[in-house]
Amino acid sequence: MLTFLTLLNREIRAFFLSPVAWVVLFFFLLLTGFNFYAGVAALNRGPSEVTVVEAFFNTIFFWFGFILVLPLLTMRLFSEEYKMGTIEPLMTAPVRDSQVVLAKYLAAVFFFIVLWLPSLLYFVVFQQVTKLDAAGAAGPYIGAYAMLLLIGLFYLAIGCLTSAMTRNQIIAAVMSFSIIALLFFTGLLTFFILSVTPALRELTAYFSALEHMSEASRGFFDTRPVVFYLSLTAFTLFLTFHVFQSRRWRS
Amino acid sequence: MIKVEGLTKKYAGLTAIHDLAFTVEKGEIVGFLGPNGAGKSTTMRILSCYLPATSGRASVAGFDVASQSREVRSRVGYMPENVALYPEMRVQEYLEYRAALKGIRGRTNRQRVNAVKELCGLRDVERKLVGALSKGYRQRVGLADALLHDPDLLILDEPTIGLDPNQIRQVRQLVRDLGKRHTILLSTHILTEVEMTCSRVLIINQGRIAASDTPEALAGRVRTAGGLRAEIRAPAAGLESALAALAGVRKTEILPLEDGWHECRLRTDAGHDPRAEIARLAAERRWPLRELGQEQVSLERVFAEITQAGEI
Repeated sequence: MLTFLTLLNREIRAFFLSPVAWVVLFFFLLLTGFNFYAGVAALNRGPSEVTVVEAFFNTIFFWFGFILVLPLLTMRLFSEEYKMGTIEPLMTAPVRDSQVVLAKYLAAVFFFIVLWLPSLLYFVVFQQVTKLDAAGAAGPYIGAYAMLLLIGLFYLAIGCLTSAMTRNQIIAAVMSFSIIALLFFTGLLTFFILSVTPALRELTAYFSALEHMSEASRGFFDTRPVVFYLSLTAFTLFLTFHVFQSRRWRS
Repeated sequence: MIKVEGLTKKYAGLTAIHDLAFTVEKGEIVGFLGPNGAGKSTTMRILSCYLPATSGRASVAGFDVASQSREVRSRVGYMPENVALYPEMRVQEYLEYRAALKGIRGRTNRQRVNAVKELCGLRDVERKLVGALSKGYRQRVGLADALLHDPDLLILDEPTIGLDPNQIRQVRQLVRDLGKRHTILLSTHILTEVEMTCSRVLIINQGRIAASDTPEALAGRVRTAGGLRAEIRAPAAGLESALAALAGVRKTEILPLEDGWHECRLRTDAGHDPRAEIARLAAERRWPLRELGQEQVSLERVFAEITQAGEI
């Protein structure tokens, strides 16, 4: 456990000691800030059925920033160590492979959470300034942020997996971005297929992050996406662990 | 301390080491010698549990490197050939992190970090970023890292590569001092280094152990089939034929020196020492003889002989 905490501490520090983290934070805030502004501006134009929270979490901007930033957070996790050779001292220390994988993954999750924390402020500020409620109840907040975390957990695990596969960060990023985009756009398939049967629509809805977020940001709680994302996250981490172990046999 | 049996490592299509077997006893300083690509680093990486072997067994301090890898890793201090460090950390920070990773925490952590900093001369760079260190200092950080947990066995892969002559001398001294308390396996292709620091030499060639002995015994082995050197003033042609006619002389080489002097290098068969005959020959023909002696066999020659299987 102490070894794990030592590893986690070093991984988290590695994030914040590199300029990449701060640049990502800055531009990500810029993007989400603009997204929030655009959402509020759109609602200003006239009566609408959606709340501010719903508007914030369901725009193109939001999704674009969301799926683009994840591969950037995870791409260096393993690839950088392979490339620099620091994996050799790391793995000749008495650590378990699973500890290394989990420490790297959780450090990415930690940074991901830090990335989103400032956005909570937007709603606080909104409430202070307009004396209006951004969502009407606590449900949408909890739902939206919980869903954000759930989807993030899974996509970060995908990034972890691709990073464990290669010593090239760009390859890791391209691979994870492609997988995430494919998964993400499964939900949009129904727009492109002409004859959509109800069964197909239901099936894609089950996979669709868009659908999940739209439900959650309205305050609906559904256990299916929770199970879906948590089990896929666990499975992807399991794969990562095995890919990471297999690198010894491939070298 | 180290026991290796039938160790084989194959990379895709290439056998790096083949059926390797050797042992290292506690307290020995063993020099691991071989040309580039002979399998030194591969063997060391297997012993430090970085790479798995394709077949065969290796154990350190009684623990198997494959099945009891963490036991082994906590007893081995390994310094890789290319010391890779996290560039964004400071030296002090890095060593503290490495010590914690090896299970040294709390007050002991401070103590050990201070001790290895002292030992490896890292005091004046402790606040520096690792990424800004020179090659020599990086090597020292790598060595300090290997020493942190006071390991039973030190595996040093080319510890003096890339250092300046002064640093090389310091590292050799350090290795000799460490050898008093630790078992050391170090690889190098600098032969004087082995002669100066090691109590035993393992020569590895093309993935096999080619020789294993003390540096002196290895040199002696070559000396029995040794070389002679003489300086004689005589006409070259006559000299060559006269020397070649001596019993037991396998090969002669005559090199002109100043004033009609010639340097004669002879290779003799094992068991023959024609020095007395050469002296008599020179006296009979009235050739002035100013030097006659057996060549000092350096490890370099042993190495060349063993790894190239050519003429000495």
